[in-house]
Amino acid sequence: MNPQPAMAHEPVTPTSGTPLSPSFGNRMFAALGSPFVPPIFITLILLVGNLSYGILESYWKTLLAIATSVLAEMMLGRIFLRKWPHPASAYITGISVGILLRSPAFWPYALCSLLSITSKYALRFRGRHIWNPSNFGICAMLFLAAQSVASLSIQWGNNFGSLAVIWVLGSVILWRARRFHISLTYVASFIALSFLRSWVTGDPWQSEISPITGPMYQLFIFFMITDPKTTVRSRTGQCIVAFSIAFAELLLRLDSCVFAPLYALFWVGPAALFIEMFIDSRRARNAVPSAFANPQIVRS
Amino acid sequence: MTLSTPAPAPARTGVAARVLVTIFFGAQLATPWLVRRFSPAAQAPTATVDRQTALNRYGFYLEEVAHASGVDFVHQPPLLDQKLAAIMPEVTSMGAAVSIVDFDRDGWPDIYVTNSAIGSKNHLYRNNHDGSFTDVAEQMGIADVNQSGTGVSMGAVWGDFDNDGYDDLYLIKWGRPELFHNDQGHGFTRATEQAGLPPWINANTAVWFDYDGDGKLDLFVGGYYPESLDLWHLPNTRVMPESFEYAKNGGRKYLFHNLGKGHFEEVSAKVGIDSHRWALAAAAADLRGTGHPDLFIANDYGVSELYLNDGKHFREAGGETGIGFAPKSGMNASFGDIFNQGKFDIYVSNISEEGVLIQGNNLWVPQDGSSLKYDNLARDLGVELGGWSFGAQFGDLNNDGNLDLYLENGYISLDRKRSYWYDFAKVAGGNSSIIGDAVNWPAFNGRSLSGYQQKHLWLNDGAGKFNDVAQAVGVTDTYDGRSVVLADLWNRGVLDVVAANQGGPLLIYRNTVSGDKDWIEFALEGTKSNRSAIGATLTLFWGRKQQVQTVSGGNGFASENDRRVHFGLGKNPSLEKLVIRWPSGFIQTLNDLVPNRLYNVKEPS
Repeated sequence: MNPQPAMAHEPVTPTSGTPLSPSFGNRMFAALGSPFVPPIFITLILLVGNLSYGILESYWKTLLAIATSVLAEMMLGRIFLRKWPHPASAYITGISVGILLRSPAFWPYALCSLLSITSKYALRFRGRHIWNPSNFGICAMLFLAAQSVASLSIQWGNNFGSLAVIWVLGSVILWRARRFHISLTYVASFIALSFLRSWVTGDPWQSEISPITGPMYQLFIFFMITDPKTTVRSRTGQCIVAFSIAFAELLLRLDSCVFAPLYALFWVGPAALFIEMFIDSRRARNAVPSAFANPQIVRS
Repeated sequence: MTLSTPAPAPARTGVAARVLVTIFFGAQLATPWLVRRFSPAAQAPTATVDRQTALNRYGFYLEEVAHASGVDFVHQPPLLDQKLAAIMPEVTSMGAAVSIVDFDRDGWPDIYVTNSAIGSKNHLYRNNHDGSFTDVAEQMGIADVNQSGTGVSMGAVWGDFDNDGYDDLYLIKWGRPELFHNDQGHGFTRATEQAGLPPWINANTAVWFDYDGDGKLDLFVGGYYPESLDLWHLPNTRVMPESFEYAKNGGRKYLFHNLGKGHFEEVSAKVGIDSHRWALAAAAADLRGTGHPDLFIANDYGVSELYLNDGKHFREAGGETGIGFAPKSGMNASFGDIFNQGKFDIYVSNISEEGVLIQGNNLWVPQDGSSLKYDNLARDLGVELGGWSFGAQFGDLNNDGNLDLYLENGYISLDRKRSYWYDFAKVAGGNSSIIGDAVNWPAFNGRSLSGYQQKHLWLNDGAGKFNDVAQAVGVTDTYDGRSVVLADLWNRGVLDVVAANQGGPLLIYRNTVSGDKDWIEFALEGTKSNRSAIGATLTLFWGRKQQVQTVSGGNGFASENDRRVHFGLGKNPSLEKLVIRWPSGFIQTLNDLVPNRLYNVKEPS
């Protein structure tokens, strides 16, 4: 799903600026910022979901998605970068495809992983890939292979306990990575807009809140919308984008779109990046005189 | 160390590599189209062809003759407590059911069909032997069974529980279950109280079978809604499943052990059947060759269950056999030996809606080896996607020696242009506190939910593939199909099709098969075994083929086929023998069989 999970992308630094004491609690707290946390966390989601409720169609399909994703990353990375990329982000993409994609067949899992990884190399603008890879892969499959696939749109189970563990753990990790505000903005926006949808449609507000209690949103909130490679850089901008995704989702939901959040991110994510790049280029042009004074700016 | 993938460096990559990755990416995007283009579904004929062409090409065609046969039955759905008014179409989406019985033992199959509105009447169509039927339910005393305060019919299964030679009726209901004794084909008498049945069960499935081999038919009943609910007088709206895939708040299961003289004892807990999943279909057969019938249950909102029977106790083995791993929306349980290898495969129907939910139907095929393990080969064989599927039956419709598969489907057909799917998916994904309460579900407001679907009739080519020929051979209806049965209605050596539709007409598809194919049929009567011979397995050997079938006391969805067993034989068959394993354990071999005959076989005493 997320080639560069938010929690792992940035250096681990205490957000408060206070040095960490060597206590066990703080060591644990610091460890939550480790680059190994995202793959461990998503593996935990997978294991909790499957051991509790058997969420996977089969282990083989998930393994196929992971293997395809990692192999594609290795091959394309070798060709384009002339070195072997770290497999962790591809592992996360594969495992996300394995959880989020639902199909009785095997081939969609391989193809979705392949599309996700290849999109990073094929769909680029000014040196950046512009879609969250797994979001692109899953949306592409839903657009193109609707007869064979669906996304995870049903609940894992009835137990709030496992749901709470994932929410709390995910929130702590995101907070350590200084990305919690993105998820918080999105969740707050979703809930507020749920009441708006309920008012517009006349449907019970519980039915509008219902989707966010499902497993798709856990992955969506913790892994997709926080992806640093495909989100804007400024904190304010990130919050605006998170709200925009929720708002686009509102419009899609009013049009009875079943996979509204995925499609909302599919459209809003790249649009936000284009806007950011446009603003950056304007700033760069305006900064040309000073660049002559400081050539390093031009190179950066 | 960082997890981030270093940004690709276009400057260092050649133009050739960029072109290659673009082509590679384009090929990936084109793959779904190619898969769709060459899938079996894409190659299925979509237009009806003339009958001669159908005969030449597929070896048979079907003609809908219900009205011409004097059958003008239209199912009336139930109307439950008004607290559920907003989603009434969903909670009242079942009840149309059909079963075959020769209630008067005249050698001609009769048809019993259920109705589900309070005050509506069930019909028993007696076969007039001339292509027509006459409804005699009223005079037989099994018509007015949906009275206010007693619930409504959901299906019927027939079995001779007192071994007097005449099949008795168990009426599956949301409400007071009913057992009717068949009085020598002249009428029916209520035997419910004497049998000791509970006052209320909200069930959609039941199966007659002799689980302990004592020669008396026992009865399994699978609850759907909890039995504590009177669906017409609900205390509140918390009646929905707690989960779309893991619900265990449905009705309990019952196993009524036949004590003789019309008395039954409920023994489910004693023998190891303890489940509160939402059962929709069940069937029993000796899946392991142990001589004891095993019990398969297809559950809505969850995994299927397989109860292995040692003659005294059952052990749930869904997980270890592979059929109880992925939770879906099970709505059918049918057995068929589709590879002609002497083993039962199991077909379970589920939900598939393009772009929303692709569960896929399951075709469980046993692996080779001593332990019972199943693989789902529905996709490989082309019988996976059937829409919102319900009842299905295996049967050799063109008498070519291979079992074909007929599938009913279509959930709620209201406004063609407006769908409830978005709202359904929205709530179905929620926590139990939301999904479990009907008040949280958006109102239906006349919308459809997987409605107006075309039926599937998959023809087994004998080489590992099924091809959908429904449209081509004349199955063109798009009613909300529920229950389907196969029977040689007019004793011609071919299987006809009878389909019950929710809120729609009962359909009778008369089958015409090309004359160059042979067949053979067997009507069994037990002596030491239960007289209906339910549970007997028949293995026919001809040419290089062998095919096993079982005498069933209820299968598919809320239905029961003709208990006479039909085998298609293909052209110029060389019949070898029939091996019957009677429920008593006695094994009988019949040699010197001649094709194109119905054999009446009585168990040697």
